[in-house]
Amino acid sequence: MVRNLTWRFIVVLVVILTGTFFLVPSLTDSIPFWWKDNVQKIHLGLDLQGGTHLLTEVQTDVAVENTLHQYVQTLEELLDENKIPFIEVTVRNDQNIAVELVDQSANEKLMKIMKDNFPSLKNVNVETGENVYRPVFALEQKEIRNLKDLAVKQALENIRNRIDQFGVTEPTIQREGEDRILIQLPGIKDPERAKRLLRETAMLEFKLVNDEDSLQKALEGRVPPDSAIFYEENADKETGGVIEKRPMLLKKRTVLTGDMLVDAQPQIDSAQFNRPYVSLKFSAKGAKVFKDITTKHVGKRLAIVLDNVVKSAPVIREPIGGGRAQIEGSFSLEEAKDLAIVLRAGSLPAPMKVLEERSVGPSLGKDSIDKGIRATIIGSILIILFMVFYYHFSGLVADFALLFNLLLLFAVLSTFGATLTLPGIAGIVLTIGMAVDTNILIFERMREEIRTGKTPWAVVDAGYNKAFSAIFDTHLTTILASIVLFQFGSGPVKGFAVTLGFGLVVNLFSSFFCTRIVHDYFIMVKKVKRVSV
Amino acid sequence: MEFFPPNTNFDFVGKQKYALAISGFLILITIISLIMHHGPRYGVDFSGGLLIQVKFSQTVTADEIKEKLKSINLQDSVVQEFGERGQHEFLIRSREENINLENIQQLVLKSLSQGFGEKNVELRRVETVGPKAGKDLRKMGMLAVISSWILMLIYVAFRFEFSFGVGGIIALAHDVIVVLGAFSLTHREIDLTIIAAFLTIIGYSINDTIVIFDRVRENRRKRPNEPLPQLINRSINETLSRTILTVTTVLIGVIALFVFGGGVIHDFAFAMLIGVITGTWSSLYIASPFVLFWDRYTKKRGRRLIRK
Repeated sequence: MVRNLTWRFIVVLVVILTGTFFLVPSLTDSIPFWWKDNVQKIHLGLDLQGGTHLLTEVQTDVAVENTLHQYVQTLEELLDENKIPFIEVTVRNDQNIAVELVDQSANEKLMKIMKDNFPSLKNVNVETGENVYRPVFALEQKEIRNLKDLAVKQALENIRNRIDQFGVTEPTIQREGEDRILIQLPGIKDPERAKRLLRETAMLEFKLVNDEDSLQKALEGRVPPDSAIFYEENADKETGGVIEKRPMLLKKRTVLTGDMLVDAQPQIDSAQFNRPYVSLKFSAKGAKVFKDITTKHVGKRLAIVLDNVVKSAPVIREPIGGGRAQIEGSFSLEEAKDLAIVLRAGSLPAPMKVLEERSVGPSLGKDSIDKGIRATIIGSILIILFMVFYYHFSGLVADFALLFNLLLLFAVLSTFGATLTLPGIAGIVLTIGMAVDTNILIFERMREEIRTGKTPWAVVDAGYNKAFSAIFDTHLTTILASIVLFQFGSGPVKGFAVTLGFGLVVNLFSSFFCTRIVHDYFIMVKKVKRVSV
Repeated sequence: MEFFPPNTNFDFVGKQKYALAISGFLILITIISLIMHHGPRYGVDFSGGLLIQVKFSQTVTADEIKEKLKSINLQDSVVQEFGERGQHEFLIRSREENINLENIQQLVLKSLSQGFGEKNVELRRVETVGPKAGKDLRKMGMLAVISSWILMLIYVAFRFEFSFGVGGIIALAHDVIVVLGAFSLTHREIDLTIIAAFLTIIGYSINDTIVIFDRVRENRRKRPNEPLPQLINRSINETLSRTILTVTTVLIGVIALFVFGGGVIHDFAFAMLIGVITGTWSSLYIASPFVLFWDRYTKKRGRRLIRK
């Protein structure tokens, strides 16, 4: 019997040591590196350390549309190359592509081109009428789902790149559901800048300016089929609002995109009143395309379009072989820096809509921790005193079990690198309540057994064994409740579920197993005549 | 030290009718309050909109704040003092659906800074929830509460008996309804943290109920011939000391949270305060009476079947 006691005591000792080993890295940094690097720390939730939480939705429909527009551009080129006469190719509202042919004769050739180049576009219909022959194509559902999924994956990658460069420690960026992305930026001081960084799609396109056709006529409604009207916007530095919108007629065709960039850097033009600008460097392929264009169109203007807004449209004075270009505009140095970041990270496949934003300032975070800890300590002390007062020595044992419980709980949280939130601290207070309940169940049972005149050993045995079924059931049900909470909750609520759930599991060990060892020790080794409860 | 003499013999079962009347009354008040207020008051989490916690370095009144918000069309927001007195902290809440959630934070900071001086204004916390996200969170909150009910039913029915399980969740439903009523009457808001409180209350209440059921199960084995009402009475009395003591210790913790916890925790602690009390009440006067009722009802039907 005593041997058994020794083994149990050793188990407890091992658990204490392991627990401390996992806990220390969360408390201090002055430990050897092999300790620090291999053990995770407890993280503080945003509500405790301050920061911003953003739930965004990728507008996947736009991504699908963008792909369709790209298909249209490629298709038009293919039709031209193969000398198939057509009237126009359009993307319709229902995400279908309609190809209006001159007449039915070209249909077979068209179908062959479609089959060879666009396997995911299926012919669903042919609209016919007076001088109208218009085959309509739609994307397979499977392909649409793929495109949407791909868009979200790309957006995720992209946002990670942007945030990496922004320099936030330990950001959380993860996909939620089909098309949502959760972003958590702890300790961030300027949430507005972060939001701007995420909002800019940063689609960079180079288009030639159409100097031949009349801008005036286009503004009146007669836009040439290969061109479109874009606007150059000048922002007022003070308010950030747009004060001037200058229309321009640009060729629709995009000759170069931001995909071809390998670098973008913010610079200052000392020759022009220290105006900030962004210098671009193209890849080898991009440089070649750039050289081709600038050679072919010397004297014309090349518009630099960012997110469908013309930033500038300088004249091509000579062929540019070095693969470098500049974006000038009325930005501040910070804006230039941010633009360089998003250009380097790449353009988002689709716009992001912010569904939810929560920001906590660092001062509130600190306040919350202080208040939360104070409440927990006061509550714990009162409970501890009460237990000793009511249950005497056994109460003291229960109190040690309680402290042990808290130690282990933090160790477990550390081991899993869990996040502590403000409701999580409240969860600790509740865990304390339930831990005490366990001991109350046992001690009340022991008192009953004493009244029936059992020996000290029998009292302890019966007390613990009979109370066990109730303890087991109550712990399991509350653990189930915390699992449900964890599943359905978000952020702070998840933190609460974690502290409560782990607290209960740990409790079974400390309040039941450990306290029994102490009682058994006093009964078997010290051979007390009476159980103090 | 013992507060409770052993072998108490309060007649819980006998007083069932009065207790049920009280519970029924509480539930009625809740329903009336909810109807009058058009449902529970949803916090920003569930209704969507804007919540800003702002701290001033000097004394300001809610009206002054609303005045300054006129410039950005937010004069209809609800502005109220928050937290401890003398901290000059306010909560600005707006449910406008047409405010542009993306830059509203900047605009509010600007208009308040212009009105009170930049150094005197500090935005401590900002929460904006779009209508879509709000709807999703509401659904999630309800699902969480309902699935925990179902889980509890299954677990208790499995470990004890089906009627015990049903009695258990009726008690749980009672608790959630009464706490909802308390929130409705005191004009407090329901948000995600309160859903966490609901789940904790559900956990606590079922615990309490289980402790009594566990004793009933044990007594039934020990005294199989004792009539059920007497058995239940005995079981409740035997576990009474534990029940009262546990409620006391949990309440100590919750009161500490309520008094010292600070703004956000305060409402959570309020829910727990009401919840723990009704949780205990429902274990004594709702779960057990139901088991009794079920037993009587099935016995009656059983007898009729045998006669045929």
